[in-house]
Amino acid sequence: MSDHDHDHDHDPITSDGEPTAAARAWALEALLVEKGVVQREDVRRNIDRLVSRSPADGARLVARAWVDPEFKQRLLADARAAANELDLDSGPSPVVIAVENTDEVHHMVVCTLCSCYPRTLLGPPPDWYKSLPYRSRAVSDPHGVLEEFGVELDDDVELRVLDSTADVRYLVLPRRPAGSEELTEDELAALVTRDSMIGVAQPAAPAPA
Amino acid sequence: MHDRGVWPTDTPIDRSEHELADWELLTDALVGLLGDEGLMNVDEMRRGIESMPPDDYEKASYYERWLLSAETILVEKGVLAPGELDSRLG
Amino acid sequence: MTFQAGDRVRVAARAHEGHHRTPGYVKGKQGRVERVFGSFTNPETRAYGADGFPEQVLYQVCFAQGELWPSARRNARDTTCVDIFEHWLEAE
Repeated sequence: MSDHDHDHDHDPITSDGEPTAAARAWALEALLVEKGVVQREDVRRNIDRLVSRSPADGARLVARAWVDPEFKQRLLADARAAANELDLDSGPSPVVIAVENTDEVHHMVVCTLCSCYPRTLLGPPPDWYKSLPYRSRAVSDPHGVLEEFGVELDDDVELRVLDSTADVRYLVLPRRPAGSEELTEDELAALVTRDSMIGVAQPAAPAPA
Repeated sequence: MHDRGVWPTDTPIDRSEHELADWELLTDALVGLLGDEGLMNVDEMRRGIESMPPDDYEKASYYERWLLSAETILVEKGVLAPGELDSRLG
Repeated sequence: MTFQAGDRVRVAARAHEGHHRTPGYVKGKQGRVERVFGSFTNPETRAYGADGFPEQVLYQVCFAQGELWPSARRNARDTTCVDIFEHWLEAE
C-alpha cells in the first residue's frame, strides 16, 4: 500500500485553467481538517480500509455454501448472520440478501439509480458497474449485457435482474462448477470471481486434473 | 439524469477498470467520515448528486459527482461558506 | 404492513419532485410482491435533513420483463425485481 503522506501541499493540477476534481478533493480535505470537522488520522485509516477491500469475503461465503448445504440455507435466509458465523464483517447495510443461481434462474445485480453494491463483501464496485450504459442496459437489455460478458443462458432459464434501489444489498450465489467435487473449500473460493457474484459471469472452471 | 432505466441506450459497456486514484480514495474516505459524523447522510448525498445540471451529471466522473455533492450539502449546512472551496483553489 | 409475498401490486404512476427511489421504468407497472423486508427510514425526507421517520415498509416487487420492456430480447420467464417502499404501491 502506498504510504501516502497528506501533510505536504498539493499544487492544484489545472487543465485549461480549470482546477481538476483532484485539486478540489485536496482542498476540501484541507478545509475540513482546518475546521476540525475531520482528523487526518481518520482519513488515513478510512483510506487504508478502502484499499484493503476485496471480493475474498464474498467468495468464502459462496465456497462454504457449496460444501455445506445447511450453511447454504442459512446464507439464503440471512446473509449478514451467515457472514458473522464465519467471522466476516457484514457491513453497514441493514439487509444483505444472497440469491442462488440454479438451472431455473440466473440473477444479475444492478443499481440503476446510483451504484449500490455489497462493498463490504465484494470490495469496491468495478467502473463498468457504475457506468451509465450498464445501469441502463442491465434492466432494458440484460441478455445483451450478458452476451457482452460472454454468458449464454438457455431459453427456459429465468433471467432475474435485481435493481438495488433501497437499503438491501444483493450477492449472487453462483452455481458450483462441474468437476469441482474433489476441491477443498479454499480451492473452491479461488474459483469464485467478483463478476460471478454480481451475476455477469460464471465462476472459473477448475483446472484440469 | 440519475434514473438510468428511463434512458435506454445501445452503448456497449466499457469493461476496462482503473485503480482508484489517491483523490478518489480521499473523496470516498471524506464522504464516509461526514456520514459517521452526521453531517451528510447517504440520502442527502444522493440528492446532492441528483440536483446537478444534467450535462454536468453525464460529464462528471463517479467520484467527481460525490465531491460536488459533498460541497453542495456542506454549503447548505453552513459547514462551508459559499465559494469557500473555490477561493481555496486560488 | 399492507402487502404479503405473492400479492399483485401496481406501482403508483405519480410524478414526484425531489429525491425518491422508485425508478421511472416501473411507475404505473404491475408486479408481484416477492419479499417483505420490514421497515426502513424514508429516503425522501431523510434526503432533506429530516430523520426519515416514520419508517416505511420495503418490498421486493418482481415484474415480468415483458411488462417493462416489451421489445427487448428476453426469455419467457424473465423478470426484473425492484425494492419499493409501501407508499408507492397500490393493491391490484
